[in-house]
Amino acid sequence: MTTTDTGRSAPRTEAGQSAPATQSAPDTGLSAPIKKKERSVRRIAVSQTLSRWDVKVSPYLYISPFFILFAITGLFPLLYTAWVSVHEWNLIGGQGDFVGFDNFAFVLSNPPFWIALRNTFSIFLISAVPQIALALFIAAVLDRNIRAKTFWRMGVLLPYVVAPVAVTLIFSNMFGDQYGLVNNLLGQIGIDPIGWHSDVLASHFAIATMVNFRWTGYTALILLAAMQAIPRDYYEAAMIDGAGIVRQFFSITIPQLRPTLIFVIVTSTIGGLQIFDEPRLYDQTGQGGASSQWMTITIYLYNLGWGQLNFGRAAAVAWLLFLIIIIVGLLNVAITRSIAKAS
Amino acid sequence: MNLSRRSTAAAALAGAAAFALIASGCSSSTETPEAGGDITLTVATFNDFGYTDEMFAQYEAENPGVTIVHNRAATSNDARDNFFTKLGAGSGLADVEAVEVDWFAEMMQYSDRLADLSDPELADRWVQWKTDAATDADGRLVAYGTDIGPEAVCYRSDLFAAAGLPTDRDEVASLLEGDWDRYFEVGQEYVDASGAAWFDSAGATYQGMINQVEFAYEEADGTVIATENPEVEAIYTDVLNASSTLSAHLGQWSDDWFAGLANGAFATMLCPGWMLGVISGNAPDVTGWDVANVFPGGGGNWGGSYLTVPAQGANIEAATKLAAWLTAPEQQMSAFAAAGTFPSQVEAYESAELQAATNEYFNNAPVGQILIDRSNAIGVAPFKSVKYFPINDALQRALTRVDVDGTDTIESSWELFVADVNAL
Repeated sequence: MTTTDTGRSAPRTEAGQSAPATQSAPDTGLSAPIKKKERSVRRIAVSQTLSRWDVKVSPYLYISPFFILFAITGLFPLLYTAWVSVHEWNLIGGQGDFVGFDNFAFVLSNPPFWIALRNTFSIFLISAVPQIALALFIAAVLDRNIRAKTFWRMGVLLPYVVAPVAVTLIFSNMFGDQYGLVNNLLGQIGIDPIGWHSDVLASHFAIATMVNFRWTGYTALILLAAMQAIPRDYYEAAMIDGAGIVRQFFSITIPQLRPTLIFVIVTSTIGGLQIFDEPRLYDQTGQGGASSQWMTITIYLYNLGWGQLNFGRAAAVAWLLFLIIIIVGLLNVAITRSIAKAS
Repeated sequence: MNLSRRSTAAAALAGAAAFALIASGCSSSTETPEAGGDITLTVATFNDFGYTDEMFAQYEAENPGVTIVHNRAATSNDARDNFFTKLGAGSGLADVEAVEVDWFAEMMQYSDRLADLSDPELADRWVQWKTDAATDADGRLVAYGTDIGPEAVCYRSDLFAAAGLPTDRDEVASLLEGDWDRYFEVGQEYVDASGAAWFDSAGATYQGMINQVEFAYEEADGTVIATENPEVEAIYTDVLNASSTLSAHLGQWSDDWFAGLANGAFATMLCPGWMLGVISGNAPDVTGWDVANVFPGGGGNWGGSYLTVPAQGANIEAATKLAAWLTAPEQQMSAFAAAGTFPSQVEAYESAELQAATNEYFNNAPVGQILIDRSNAIGVAPFKSVKYFPINDALQRALTRVDVDGTDTIESSWELFVADVNAL
């Protein structure tokens, strides 16, 4: 009773009349609040700094798992690859002599690298450009009010679910030079068979077809998601103003999609320049053709590393590919910036 | 590289089979729960070694406490990638690893990473050249031979009949008896009479020819002579000259080639023992295929594999025992029955079972006796050193450029080959 009373009244009566009921009790009663006060001041200070840190540091802490993981699985291999690329390095023998930029010099002076670079960009362009155009079209159609929307939306994603190996097996069979389905059909309408495995451009086209088959639906769904976020008022207003569907698409949908389009273009650039599965499985040897018709940079890298067991050179190719992707990425950013400014 | 692959079927089939095997391997290991002291041995092979689940089950029954998991890669190339990656890493290899003869030399550089399998009791089990190749400089035997690939000639008797050539396999054998020029000569007769192709591809035919040269790409000390060796260039030129009229221009193992096996795109092909299974598996409805006891230019060996026990494994002793069992004549005989992989075990050649073996698909040809004869005819074991695999690969691409793709002339393709070899 008394203690609680003093406890309650103590802060209030502190300065004025302190009840001298007992000598010791007020003493403790007095000293206790003071001590409490001091402590609580300190506590406030600590918790203030903590909360200040909380505000400042916590976000970094929360996102740190990604960066820690990235440092282990992304940054470290990247730097280690750089280390390997300036050494002689055998897959089994391991590290050899330091050779400086000899590996880079070898790769850059070796014609297959340039052929691989040409093939990579060629396959990338003839897959990415039609793919994004087609995906835009599909997304626009799916965005309309059609029956069984979910069915169609799931439908376009289905090819993406199919394993790339299966896709490639079926397509490379279709693109057989002598007994393939495609050449057979072409023969029916009187067109000479196309050398899908011997002609450079034809082989790129065949591989691009596989890439597009797999990725168009995926890209379409991303674009569709972005399209759905466009306020419907715009379309209504445009309709009242008498704009047709085509005009609406080009004057409302496309400009509104710009950020998503940039995302899609950047990711497909990275994916396109790293293309591996489809060309590797396009024939039985997986080396990109007898005259490297469809050998991409990653296949060249693979052949150097696992075919010739020369990891130094393979690492040099890996770094060159990394630099190429960065350059193309910067180019993309510059172009999209200028477009954004122009509008 | 293509040509050395003992591909059994389209990659789809192989993949599906591998998948099924992995699945069955898993189920068998769950059926036999591991108790204390029990060990699990992994066996990694590729294509089709003819090792059936029954064989492994038999071994498990005879050796209580041992569970075997069999992993099968689709191609020899996949197996090679996997083997070297994990050999370099120092862990992850199976207890028993299959190795193909074409990348065997590459592996022999690192023979100290493999267990020594020498066993006086097994010393005379294999044909001598098979054992010699697996013995390293220190005299350690690091691999047990499984099969070899003695070559015969497979032909379509129905197409032969239509072109007015003999169809009986003995008559065909005497018709083709002789050197490669004779083979091409008869081919020209056939082409003139039928208008169709004589053999499947320049690459496959080249492989048969180069396997008769002891030092083709490298000298005994490992010096690369591929681009200067007149013998290599002569074979290259000969086969391409012949192929301009005789070849079906099908890249071996391509989808077109598999289709060609079935629709009679060519009349003959070189046939190592394991090829019989490839033909019957991919052209099941064709009744005309037959095999003649002859090979141009004498005998030849194409392919064949070994089992090794990597030293990194945890159960080397048990794994060695299993590898010895798998390569024993009896097991090799059941593998021959299952997949046509011809034994490299001397004792197997004396077995009445092998001598009497016939193949229904090839018009009941006595394939056992034919392959024994072809094996005895092998005179030369090609020397394959470290760079054999990549050089042969580059040469096969050179042949493909001219024969299949038609993108190069004989000369320009050879120049590219020289550049390829110099870049190794």
